[in-house]
Amino acid sequence: MAELEVVSRRPLILGDKSLAQITGDICAAMLRRPSALWWIGFLIAFSLLAIGTAAVSYQVATGIGTWGLNTTVGWAFDITNFVFWIGIGHAGTLISAILFLFRQRWRTSVNRSAEAMTLFAVMCAGIFPLIHMGRPWMAYWVFPYPNFRGPLWMNFRSPLAWDAFAISTYFIISLTFWYLGLIPDLATIRDRARPGLRRRLFDFFSLGWDGSFRTWQRYETVYMLLAGLATPLVVSVHTIVSWDFATAVIPGWHATIFPPYFVAGAIFSGMAMVLTLMIVARTVMNLQDFITVRHVEVMCKLILLNGSIVALAYGTEFFMAQYSGNRYEQFVFLNRAFGPFAWAYWTMVTCNVLIPQLLWFRRIRTNIAGVFVLTLLINVGMWFERFVIIVTSLHRDFLPSNWASYRPTSIEVATLLGSFGLFFTCFLIFCRILPVIAMAEVKGVVAHERSERRKHT
Amino acid sequence: MSGRVMVGIFQDEHDILSVTREVRKEGYTILDIYAPYAVHGLDKAMGLQPSHLPWICFLLGLIGAAAKIWFEYWTSASDWAINVGGKPWNSLPAFIPITFEVMVLFAGVSTVIAFFIVSRLYPGRRAATVIPGVTNDRFALVLEESDAAFDPVQVRRLLERYGAVEVIERAEEFLP
Repeated sequence: MAELEVVSRRPLILGDKSLAQITGDICAAMLRRPSALWWIGFLIAFSLLAIGTAAVSYQVATGIGTWGLNTTVGWAFDITNFVFWIGIGHAGTLISAILFLFRQRWRTSVNRSAEAMTLFAVMCAGIFPLIHMGRPWMAYWVFPYPNFRGPLWMNFRSPLAWDAFAISTYFIISLTFWYLGLIPDLATIRDRARPGLRRRLFDFFSLGWDGSFRTWQRYETVYMLLAGLATPLVVSVHTIVSWDFATAVIPGWHATIFPPYFVAGAIFSGMAMVLTLMIVARTVMNLQDFITVRHVEVMCKLILLNGSIVALAYGTEFFMAQYSGNRYEQFVFLNRAFGPFAWAYWTMVTCNVLIPQLLWFRRIRTNIAGVFVLTLLINVGMWFERFVIIVTSLHRDFLPSNWASYRPTSIEVATLLGSFGLFFTCFLIFCRILPVIAMAEVKGVVAHERSERRKHT
Repeated sequence: MSGRVMVGIFQDEHDILSVTREVRKEGYTILDIYAPYAVHGLDKAMGLQPSHLPWICFLLGLIGAAAKIWFEYWTSASDWAINVGGKPWNSLPAFIPITFEVMVLFAGVSTVIAFFIVSRLYPGRRAATVIPGVTNDRFALVLEESDAAFDPVQVRRLLERYGAVEVIERAEEFLP
């Protein structure tokens, strides 16, 4: 029986590649001249980045009065974008750390780029609280440092202070994890590169890695430790983000369901973004043998799982609001679904709850173009989720005389577009200069599968 | 010490695993093995002791957490206590999230730094790769030709029996 199972399992990497072929294929993708598709993508992304840079410069010089905020709706586009980007980052850590601890071998084809995605997404996310401060050059005030005002310390009881620590720790640990995973591959490229600047750079960053097994053994230990640390870290980061809302007494925010709801939503949107990027990368960089339909299918199942948790949370949240007997709570939720922002709410429900149900069908999961469209829709839906949570809870509060509406200005829209520009510019450059697939890890998986096959035949 | 080593070059993880077990059973000294990826089970075959790095991780995590919670208490309740919404000076539960983050930060970063130190990895270090293919698709088993009992002909035959594609003898200086 066990033999049958092993034989019938489809291989993770297609083409029965030798170790040298794996190195060759992945390095070739970097050495080839960029394709026309890459240039088109890069130019679009870079133009968006330029627009965003102009918008941010303008609003920093003028002040955040350039945004559509008012005294009632004090958080809107900026915080929506912040939560959206942080959420995107979480799937990278899920793949690199949590799936590593669960020994999911398929992760090796996608973990490098998913971790890169995490870094870029956290960078995009970090921009928003920074510019939201209005005076971003004072940003260091969010950290405790000895100052000449007493010293006057910060308030450690504030979730916003926790957030600053959580996000910075998350960025540093993700960067460390990513770099650690890169070292053996940097050495592989160093040993193949012709003498010159490129070789000297890889020589510098590969830290003299020589493949010694004593080092490999410690490397594996450290990798495991970092995965074990990153797993609770990623959960804590989005938990703390949700506390930014949940510790406030605003109806619609003040809910104990927020931490698990936010973490599931983050992984849901992040997996969708990983899939978007993977489908682009396999097409643009010719990596169909490494990122196979099986990888796409497995990630679709994870999306379906997290999407179901999110759907359950929507239902629970709505039910609890009605069941609570708190009329403000009841009003906020009815206002969400049927008030002036009903269009945003139903976009969210359609994209996050209804459309992902298609993933129950194998024919949809294995249809690459279909999955691509679906992941884009999920990202739209998840962006609207944050918009709905933030704006609809604020715009009509306890006193009807305070009620107001919110409409983003062109500056805010340009900043959002700019963050997409930054994200895709970084990702496309990463695809060109570093191996998008963790060669050393893929080799381990392929060789392991080969010896398993030999054992059973 | 003769100062010479014998390097057996292999192509397959299966071969390197079985030859390592055999060589150790025969009592030869393995100086090191060079591999393109972390071969599962090779550390046991080589007889490597588990790494002590988890202790560094644990201790530095503990130090980070203790230092941070003390710092939060000291700033909020002692150095310049400020009344925030009537909350207690020592709001211990509210101090936990940052304590956790700092613990992870200390544990993670210090473990990686300790790994670089014990493995002597640093920018600018000259990589002493035994043979060129070792970061690509070759495995190299480096044996010490320690004493008169070491019979190069016999060992060479043993390595070849286990599928060595090449066996070379070298002076020891090349090793890092």
